[in-house]
Amino acid sequence: MIRVVNLHKSFGHLHVLRGVNFSVAPSEVVCVIGPSGSGKSTLLRCINQLEKADSGHIYIDNEELTHPKTDINKIRQQVGMVFQLFNLFPHKTTLENITLAPIKIKGVDKAAAEELAMELLRKVGLTDKAHVYPNKLSGGQKQRVAIARALAMQPKVMLFDEPTSALDPEMVGEVLAVMQDLAVEGMTMVVVTHEMGFAREVGDRVVFMDEGVIMEEGTPEEIFNNPRNPRTRSFLSKVL
Amino acid sequence: MPGLELFGLGFLDSITSQYGYRVVTNNIGYFLGGAWYTVFITAISLAIGMVLGLFAGLGKLTSNKFLYYLSTAYIDFFRGTPLFVQIFLLYFGVLPMIYDNDPVSSAIIALGLNSGAYIGEIVRAGIQAVDVGQMEAARSLGMNHRQAMTYVILPQAFKIVIPPLINEFIALLKDSSLVSAISVAELMHRGDLVFANTYQAWVFGAVAVIYFIMTKTISVIGDHVERRLATD
Repeated sequence: MIRVVNLHKSFGHLHVLRGVNFSVAPSEVVCVIGPSGSGKSTLLRCINQLEKADSGHIYIDNEELTHPKTDINKIRQQVGMVFQLFNLFPHKTTLENITLAPIKIKGVDKAAAEELAMELLRKVGLTDKAHVYPNKLSGGQKQRVAIARALAMQPKVMLFDEPTSALDPEMVGEVLAVMQDLAVEGMTMVVVTHEMGFAREVGDRVVFMDEGVIMEEGTPEEIFNNPRNPRTRSFLSKVL
Repeated sequence: MPGLELFGLGFLDSITSQYGYRVVTNNIGYFLGGAWYTVFITAISLAIGMVLGLFAGLGKLTSNKFLYYLSTAYIDFFRGTPLFVQIFLLYFGVLPMIYDNDPVSSAIIALGLNSGAYIGEIVRAGIQAVDVGQMEAARSLGMNHRQAMTYVILPQAFKIVIPPLINEFIALLKDSSLVSAISVAELMHRGDLVFANTYQAWVFGAVAVIYFIMTKTISVIGDHVERRLATD
């Protein structure tokens, strides 16, 4: 589904990604963990080209994103992204946040887009918030709307960039529950997260990144119970 | 003047020789005609300024080097030199080379170009004040740059720019008095003419009051728009 080959990315003198090779199978849930500054978020942002990689190749469904002729807007319609800070559109209601892209980009008619939006709101448990503006929502609610907004484009893959890091602790659960439902439904997901419990329970595979490379990857059991790399061991000993 | 004594304002006669205030009452229709002229010139200049300003503001944010330098040069020149000088330069120097220019169209062009520069800076600042995450969220949904600007960034920037834009409207309306110098028969010019014939400073009091009524109207409308656009 996703294949990343020898990806490099620098910000000025900071070499953030130093040759990342990575792939995700359809319906797989991959959790990316690692210390701050290890390049996890950058990797995720490169996958939908919010950051342009310096070198290397990224393929989604065998289409090369990094090829200059690729229409990135078309690809992005199939790749949903959920941000740490939600990034809801403050001038639009919940419903409008969700229907904006389907109506304006896909050309879905308004009634059909709203029907789908209401269905998605039911899924994330927020039908009663359809007509309020984002500033009336709690952090957890905002993130659930953001997930519904990404799903409204009916993506093949969902990318989550630390989706619970900006939330009050009591709101983390509601967002993770929505993500778990998605995983159960068979959505292909890449989740950059600090929620080790989620990675262990929901992840099919866990990837540990440090210093711009993937240090170790494996099933949650392998990574959490039997880490082979000393860096993984030392990281996990600090966060678990 | 029996009318004023009736209202207990007879003392005004003693502090203004020759019943000076009468110059106002006698010419009020003439002044209001000038005020209408002022509104007309300001409105058209503003429309020009808004269009120029939108392009200049976007030009300062584009990665296209040519458009960036063009916008920067435009804004720098019109913000960096006095409007009064610009009016004369355009009326006597530049515009006669282009067409058989008259005072009114020259005034509108000068005011439009000048306000466009200020509005350009307002637009640039407004767009930059929208969180970068908004652009990223829009792009991640598959919008191209133009769609993201149209549906996500500009509507939010619009709300941010309303207060400084109202400021600019008011400044432009007041600055339009400068075109009296090239004999456009707007409010200030008519005040000047009446003063030259009467030497009654009352004229300028009346002119000031009329300007104030116009600017106050703009700010009241601006407050109203701001409140209407608030999402909470």
